Amino acid sequence: MSDVQSVQPTSTPVVSPQLIAAATGVVAVMLLLAYLVAFDQGALSQGGMYLHELMHDGRHLLGVPCH
Amino acid sequence: MPLTTTPARPGTPSDAAPVTRGFGSLLLRGLLAGLIAGLLAGAFAFTFGETHVDAAIAIEEAAAAASTPDAGAAVDAAVAEEEPLVSREGQKAGLVLATSLYGIAVGGILATAYALLRRRLRTPNDSRAALSLAGAALLGAVVVPFLKYPPNPPAVGDPSTIDQRTWSYLAALVLGLIAVWAAVIAARTQHTEWRRAAAGAAAFLVVVTVAYLMLPSIDEVPTTFPPSLLWNFRITSLGVQTVLWTVLGLAFAALVAPARPAPAAAAAAPSAAA
Repeated sequence: MSDVQSVQPTSTPVVSPQLIAAATGVVAVMLLLAYLVAFDQGALSQGGMYLHELMHDGRHLLGVPCH
Repeated sequence: MPLTTTPARPGTPSDAAPVTRGFGSLLLRGLLAGLIAGLLAGAFAFTFGETHVDAAIAIEEAAAAASTPDAGAAVDAAVAEEEPLVSREGQKAGLVLATSLYGIAVGGILATAYALLRRRLRTPNDSRAALSLAGAALLGAVVVPFLKYPPNPPAVGDPSTIDQRTWSYLAALVLGLIAVWAAVIAARTQHTEWRRAAAGAAAFLVVVTVAYLMLPSIDEVPTTFPPSLLWNFRITSLGVQTVLWTVLGLAFAALVAPARPAPAAAAAAPSAAA
């Protein structure tokens, strides 16, 4: 298709099942962390609203709906 | 094939295969890039954003005081209600914590996307691939939701609609990423540079337009809220996300770049190698 692609090796896009599994796990953990910052109100952190209030300004300035 | 006769590394295949790293190595680099990006975005937000948040909170408290007959007691009550859990100073420190954790999270996701999609990005240059992914995320996951649901400072927004606003925001974010994906698919159907750009832009705009029409419109800004403060807050918020993704892309691009010029880099600049 493109000139660039013809330079690529022929053994292209095989993504192994192990990589898929690892990637899924990592993305799940990362989304959980983002959820903790952006949306959690104590359900995940079990610290009541402490973390929620602590990261209040960050939520506003990152552009996430807050209250 | 490279046009140079001096292979960068003896023993490696002489074709332009990108240097492949393991997923663990990529992930660590992504998390580190995310931490750097989060810290810098936090510094930006602290420097330029906190004055707007403070001003908005002052308006919020004044409105709360005015809504009850005994204004003086209401201010005391509002202060007593807000103060105990986390002070304003604590929230300003928590700002940097929030952007850092958020940066680490998106850094990990960027590294995972890179590991999965690297072979599909049609460039032999690892750094360019990393920057392309970060740029795509900035456009799809930041700019698209920003234009539909611009962020609101304290004192703006009806708490009873927070669930709807949150889901609408996430839907806009996902649709933004789909729009970028559609643009890439459309661009790859064309064979000349300008037709690729036109097809990509058209596909992006079609998906975004349909998404914006489907998603509910939300405007909860009180008529009394100062317009310039709202504008400044929103632009600063966009700036925070722009700093975050730009630094993340640059840092990750630097960290995935091969330590010495790869054969691909030598092939790209044959005159320098010769």
